[in-house]
Amino acid sequence: MFALPILKTARLKKVSLAFAAVLLSLSSVSVNAADPVKVGFVYVGPVGDHGWTYRHDIGRQALEAKFGDKVKTTFVESVPEGADAERVIRKLASDGHDLIFTTSFGYMNPTNKVAKQFPNVKFEHATGYKRADNVSTYSARFYEGRAVIGTMAGMMTKSNIAGYIASFPIPEVVRGINAFTIAMRKVNPDAEVRVVWVNSWYDPGKESDAAKTLIDQGADIITQHTDSPAPLQAAQERGVVGFGQASDVAAFAPDAQLTAIIDDWNQYYIDRTQAVIDGTWESQDVWHGIDSGMVGFADYNASVPDDVKAAADVIKEGIIDGSFHPFQGPINNQAGEEILAEGEVLDDGVLLGMDYYVEGVQGSLPK
Amino acid sequence: MSPESNMFVMIALTIISAATPLVYAAIGELVVEKSGVLNLGVEGMMLAGAVSGFAVAHVSGSAMLGVLAGVFAGMLLALIFAFLTLGLRASQVATGLALTIFGIGLSALMGQALIGIAYEGIPSLNIPYLSDIPVLGPLLFQHDLLVYGSFALVIAVSYFLKYTRAGLIVRAIGDSPEAAHALGYPVLRVRYLATLFGGACAGLSGCYLSMAYAPMWVESMSAGRGWIALALVVFATWQPGRLLFGAYLFGGITILQLHAQAIGINVPSQLMSMLPYVATIIVLVLISRDRGRIRKNAPASIGQAFHPTK
Repeated sequence: MFALPILKTARLKKVSLAFAAVLLSLSSVSVNAADPVKVGFVYVGPVGDHGWTYRHDIGRQALEAKFGDKVKTTFVESVPEGADAERVIRKLASDGHDLIFTTSFGYMNPTNKVAKQFPNVKFEHATGYKRADNVSTYSARFYEGRAVIGTMAGMMTKSNIAGYIASFPIPEVVRGINAFTIAMRKVNPDAEVRVVWVNSWYDPGKESDAAKTLIDQGADIITQHTDSPAPLQAAQERGVVGFGQASDVAAFAPDAQLTAIIDDWNQYYIDRTQAVIDGTWESQDVWHGIDSGMVGFADYNASVPDDVKAAADVIKEGIIDGSFHPFQGPINNQAGEEILAEGEVLDDGVLLGMDYYVEGVQGSLPK
Repeated sequence: MSPESNMFVMIALTIISAATPLVYAAIGELVVEKSGVLNLGVEGMMLAGAVSGFAVAHVSGSAMLGVLAGVFAGMLLALIFAFLTLGLRASQVATGLALTIFGIGLSALMGQALIGIAYEGIPSLNIPYLSDIPVLGPLLFQHDLLVYGSFALVIAVSYFLKYTRAGLIVRAIGDSPEAAHALGYPVLRVRYLATLFGGACAGLSGCYLSMAYAPMWVESMSAGRGWIALALVVFATWQPGRLLFGAYLFGGITILQLHAQAIGINVPSQLMSMLPYVATIIVLVLISRDRGRIRKNAPASIGQAFHPTK
């Protein structure tokens, strides 16, 4: 008769002990100086997307390669933007991470909320605009890369039509389309850019269909602001050319990839971790481009003519030394009216909120 | 060939490749549901098929082996589902959802080493003379075998369900497992087989995605097509012919809206993405108005566990 209650108490004790152990492990936040610096990463996609998240994870690996035992990294992948993100970020913070990179726009509010509760943990939020004493923001000027590939597209197209596979009509994507179009038309005033919105960052089948659609409609240059190599693969199959996105996808399209814009977070992650180690970390806002190496390029395809390579290099160098800006006037809107006079340059504020197409883009921007 | 007819052919080809994976996944699920089982794990089985097919085709260099591996992987997942729901009588809805989540994770794990690997894809048919006929050649004689297979499968399933004794038994079990059991039919065994067939078809659909449609492996590459396939079965009111029509309708809408966008006609792509589901809801409303019609084709015991001794 008594066996049962005793068993119950014993079990209860075990449970409460286990519970206490969990609580203890959660509360052990303090880090000794000798301990490795713990760096956490929160990813929106799988590390295997071969695009955005993949490149962030390459940055994390660079961190481990650089610092070895001095740094310990953790990542959590495929974290939905929203309540789940807050839970994941809080878990990383309470597990004693010293520096946490949250790598998607939608993590902005969760990051700032958790940062308030953990003033000693440093946070770095990609592509956002809300900062605090322990929250930095960082992003890359990918539109600079698009000006380079737009120049190449303008020189290499025969049909004067470029196809652009786009994800969502947010300023980041619209800015890329415009930078590409302006650059393309600067070397080829007859060129036009056709945009197809696939309403997804990541749907290889649909991206491939969109590429085929654009090729069927006469595009002989394919570029994209979605994350899979499928569009270039379709280009390869149909014998047209294009540009890789986020990472080098030449393996999928050995003939079709003229070059690729590559997100390169390695140096930034190394620098910021170093700052934490040195105790010099401060909240900041960076928007780096080609000059810092954050926006990189894959090697030119052997099929790219020398004059095209040279023209592309001129743009790259111009952007680096500041003599060229992808958004410098004159710029016309779709109706052909001048919106920026010659010699002027769009400032970052306008670029960050860009919500219109420039002249040369076909169709109207979905609202 | 004139540019117009060329354009028409190209659009048609793209629609065929968009519809084929839907046909495979949906026709398999149709048979599963006809036997009275609701397997919501189509998406998971597709992904398992996609990753296995791609992996084996890449390692062995044989598309045939790849397809077999994909079919096998789909069946393996279906077997887990069947064991849980038919053997242990777990809830079919919950188990199916779990199977989808499991399939997404499992395929991602299995596919880690496959990311960034290119595969040239299943070769298309090329029949001398026939394939070269303008318009008709590319439309009829230049596909890969999986496209022809999808049509053959729909016809075979349609014939099987309508005209064979075995098909009648499947339908009887789907409508009234108790009655079928009383007549001496092996309800659970038939449901096991139907579920495995559904898994095989979903695996095949996955193979088409990773080996022909966009020949590569990336995580979650089915991107919701398993759910569209499920909707398609209801849209088709459990009839294979309508299912084929529906798959091409859904595929066609997707492709045509891409073309509309590229021409500059502004169609909200979000609207197009939800269209298959809206169409399914409309069909559900329509058939619900007429009880006779539901009874005619819908399996009456769908989703209910059956135990022979009960």
